[in-house]
Amino acid sequence: MTKQFMLGLVALVLLAIPALADDIQVKIDNFTFNPPQVKVKAGTTVVWTNGDDIPHTVVSKTGAFRSKALDTDNTFSFTFTKPGNYIYFCSLHPHMTGTIVVEETTGDGAPK
Amino acid sequence: MTHDHSHDGPNRRKVLECMTWAGTGVLWTIAGGVPTSLGIVDEAMAQAAGSLTFLQISDSHVGFDKPANPNAKGTLEEAIGKIKTLPVKPSFMIHTGDITHLSKEQEFDDAEKIISQSRLDVHYVPGEHDIVDPDIALYKERYGRGTKGSGWYSFDANGVHFIGLVNVANLKAGGLGSLGDEQLEWIEDDLKARSASQPVVVFAHIPLWTVYPEWGWGTDDSARALGYLKRFGSVTVLNGHIHQVMQKVEGNVTFHTARSTAFPQPAPGSAPSPGPMKVPEDKLRGMLGVASVTFKQNEQRLAIIDTPLQG
Repeated sequence: MTKQFMLGLVALVLLAIPALADDIQVKIDNFTFNPPQVKVKAGTTVVWTNGDDIPHTVVSKTGAFRSKALDTDNTFSFTFTKPGNYIYFCSLHPHMTGTIVVEETTGDGAPK
Repeated sequence: MTHDHSHDGPNRRKVLECMTWAGTGVLWTIAGGVPTSLGIVDEAMAQAAGSLTFLQISDSHVGFDKPANPNAKGTLEEAIGKIKTLPVKPSFMIHTGDITHLSKEQEFDDAEKIISQSRLDVHYVPGEHDIVDPDIALYKERYGRGTKGSGWYSFDANGVHFIGLVNVANLKAGGLGSLGDEQLEWIEDDLKARSASQPVVVFAHIPLWTVYPEWGWGTDDSARALGYLKRFGSVTVLNGHIHQVMQKVEGNVTFHTARSTAFPQPAPGSAPSPGPMKVPEDKLRGMLGVASVTFKQNEQRLAIIDTPLQG
């Protein structure tokens, strides 16, 4: 009984992950990250799209992630698995900064 | 009719002169911040004989094909074409960065093919578009020979000391352009043994003066570099990056930014962002161009003439 319940629980959790992990979009326009601050659950993929006619990069301040130069309409995505505050910037135009706040997955989808 | 500089006021050692070709053939000289009309372009060209004249080109962005100029290669070719027809052959050329748009091998090759047609020695410094790869490999394998760190160096020509700096590498989140400690120490060392009477020309991509920090148009630690240059009687700082002519004279230092050969950018704060500015096709070439800089022997002053591709 207990073992079956546990397996069922695991299955539920596994099913729940894709639902939690809807991609979050950040648009780069006019030399700014929009929105500049995003709050997501762990496991979420964030997708940056460059809408400018000038290349930009998406680079974590701590080295957690680093995109190549994104030309117009190019995208970069990164999946955040660990909770924390991720400050990032454009290494070509460093006055452009943004933050991704990653929270624990406990909450709505997790069993009480 | 040639304007004789030797009778121009008492403190001429410290006065630096900037001349801008305003498009109508009139030259403007800015001495001590006061602009005065000087004459026509041909007179300045005549003065160039027997002195050191070099050219500055900047921001050629080879590979750029967006609406602001779908053919950046073509306008670079036009700029080089103009340089080839100059009545006085310049001694050399400096390129203040953003040679390419995306640091691609093909873009570097295309730029080289076009710029080499000038048949001039070219001294480069990188712009942020040239070092998109964090290792700066493609830039350095082409232009890095004999340079230090991320590509800085100095050389002398006709008694003038030239310093090429890199303020686009290892930039910090939230900051502006940056030279970094290693380069600053090198500058201090490079200048240490020099006579204060030697004219110095410093060139780098991002302005070494704060033009507009909201758009990143400045260099965080440039004050330290300028501190090492304080004792020199004649200092000229040549930059690119902002794709428009801007100049400022501060004590012994003249700051000047050159036009791009690729596309114009808006005046500080006049648009939502510093991105490429689309102008009517017949206006574009009036906003692109090159600069020529002349030193006369035994006179610690320089003349900068900005020439648009058209106008």
